Amino acid sequence: MKKLINAPENVVREALAGMAAAHPDLLRVYVDPDYITRADAPVQGKVALVSGGGSGHEPLHGGFVGKGMLDAACPGAIFTSPVPDQMLAAARAVHGDAGILFIVKNYTGDVMNFELAAELATAEGIPVASVVTNDDVAVRDSLYTAGRRGVGVTVLVEKIAGAAAEAGADLATCQRIAEKVNTQGRSMGMALTSCTVPHVGRPTFDLPDDQMEIGIGIHGEPGRTRQQLASAAAIAELLARPILEDLPFRRGDQVLAFVNGMGGTPLIELYVMYHELSKILAGEGITISRSLVGNYITSLEMAGCSFTLLRLDDELTRLWDAPVLTPALRWGM
Amino acid sequence: MQIESDCVLKFLEVVAARIKEQRDYLTELDAAIGDADHGVNLDRGFSAVMSKLPALTGRDIGSILRTVGTTLVSTVGGASGPLYGTAFIRAGAATADRFQLSPCELVVALEAALEGVVMRGKATRGEKTMLDAIAPFVETMKAGVEANEDPLIALRKAVAACEEGMRATIPMLATKGRASYLGERSIGHQDPGATSAYLMARAVLDVVEGRDAG
Repeated sequence: MKKLINAPENVVREALAGMAAAHPDLLRVYVDPDYITRADAPVQGKVALVSGGGSGHEPLHGGFVGKGMLDAACPGAIFTSPVPDQMLAAARAVHGDAGILFIVKNYTGDVMNFELAAELATAEGIPVASVVTNDDVAVRDSLYTAGRRGVGVTVLVEKIAGAAAEAGADLATCQRIAEKVNTQGRSMGMALTSCTVPHVGRPTFDLPDDQMEIGIGIHGEPGRTRQQLASAAAIAELLARPILEDLPFRRGDQVLAFVNGMGGTPLIELYVMYHELSKILAGEGITISRSLVGNYITSLEMAGCSFTLLRLDDELTRLWDAPVLTPALRWGM
Repeated sequence: MQIESDCVLKFLEVVAARIKEQRDYLTELDAAIGDADHGVNLDRGFSAVMSKLPALTGRDIGSILRTVGTTLVSTVGGASGPLYGTAFIRAGAATADRFQLSPCELVVALEAALEGVVMRGKATRGEKTMLDAIAPFVETMKAGVEANEDPLIALRKAVAACEEGMRATIPMLATKGRASYLGERSIGHQDPGATSAYLMARAVLDVVEGRDAG
C-alpha cells in the first residue's frame, strides 16, 4: 500500500483537520462526534440540509458544505456510515428553526443510522424530513436487493435542494425538489482498478490488467459483471444505454450530463468519456443543456468513471444555475 | 444454569477479545461480498464497550446490556451498529433490574434481541444476513427450555443450530444489505454478519461452560 498517510486509523480525523485549516472562511469542523458545518450556521429561518456517509468519497459530502448547498456533513469511517450521534449533533448545530432535510444515500447502514438520528432529533422537537437517493441502474429489480444504490445523483440533489433552501423554500418544498431530482436522475459506473481501504492495506478486489468491472458502486465493491477491457466508445455505450432505457430519456429531453471520476482517473480521460457520451446523446436527439465533469463522488483511488443523467425542467435548471460557494463547487459568487 | 451479571461482563470481554482476534477474518469475508469493514467496525465498537466495563461492574444486567447497545450504536456505524445496538438495547430492556437470569429469562432476552434485529433490518430468514444465524440460535434455545431440557444441553444445541445457520448462508443469494448488489456473485460466500453473530453465540456457551479464555 502506497498512500500519503501517517497512520491508517488517523486518516479521517487528519483530513478533517486539513479541511478546517484550508477553508476557515467556509467551514467549521467539529470532532467527537465528527461533523462539518458551514461557517455561518445556523442560518435563521432557512431549512438546513444535512448529509453524510462513509469517508473515501471526497469531495462528497464535506466538500459540498457551504452557501447554496449543504449546511452540515457527517463523515463516517472510510466506507462506513456515520453514527446517529453525529447527525444529531449536526442537526442541533445547524437548525435555523425551519427544519432539517437529511440527504441519505441508499445503503442499508446509512439508512438505518439516519433513521435512528431522525427519531432522536424529532424527539427533541427538531422537525426532520429525509430523502433517500437511489439512482444506480446497475442494481436490478429492487424487490430482490436492498434497492438501488445512491450514487452520482446525490451530488445534484445536494446542489439543487441546497439552492432551494437558500432561496427560502420551506421543508416540504425542499424535500419535494430533492425527490424530483432523484426521480429524474439515473447513474451507472465502472472501474478499471480496485481501491485500497487504508486500514485494510490491500485492494478490495483483484482486477487483472485486461479486465474491467461494470456496474460498480462507490465502496470498492465489485460490480455486476467483469468484462474484457474495451475502448472509451464501447464503455460509454455500456454505461449510457442502461441509463437511457431506464427512465426512459426521450428525444427532445434537456439533460444535465455529469461525468464523474472515481478518484484515480485523470480529467483528460473523463473528457474523452464526456465526448463519447455527448455523441450518444446527440444521436438520441437529447440536448445537454448543463454539464459537470470531474471527481465529485469517488471511491478512494479507484480508476474509472460514472455517468449521471438528470432530466431538467425550468425549476431544476434555475436552481442548478443559482450561486454556490463550497470547497468543491463554486460559481456565481 | 443461572446467568449472573458477572457472567455477562465476562461474555463481553470474551466477545471483544475474539472479535479483535478474528478482525481480519471478518473483514476478509466482508471484502468478498461487501465493503471490507465488518471486522474493523465491530472491533472499534467492542473496544469502546471494553472501556466502559469497569464502570458497569456491580450493575444490573439490563443496565449493562443497554450501555453495550448505545455504545455500539454510537461507535460501529454501518448496518451492524444499528442492528447489534438495537439487539442489545432490546435485550437490556427485557432484563431491567435483574442481577441474574433463569433459562426462561434468558430466552425472553434473546427473543427481544431477535425482534430488535428484525424490526431494524426489515430482513427475513434466507436473505443471507445475521438473522440466518441469530434466529435458529434463539428458536432452538427457546424450544429446548420450553421442553424442559437441561438448559446447558439446550444452549449447546442452540449454538450448533447457530453455526449451521451461519454455514447455510454460503450458498444463499443475498437480497438484503450491500451483498445484494452483487446478485448471483454473492453466492458461495459466508455472510460476515452471520459469522459475527455465531461468534457471540459461541461466547455465551463458552462462558457458561467456563471456557472463558479470550
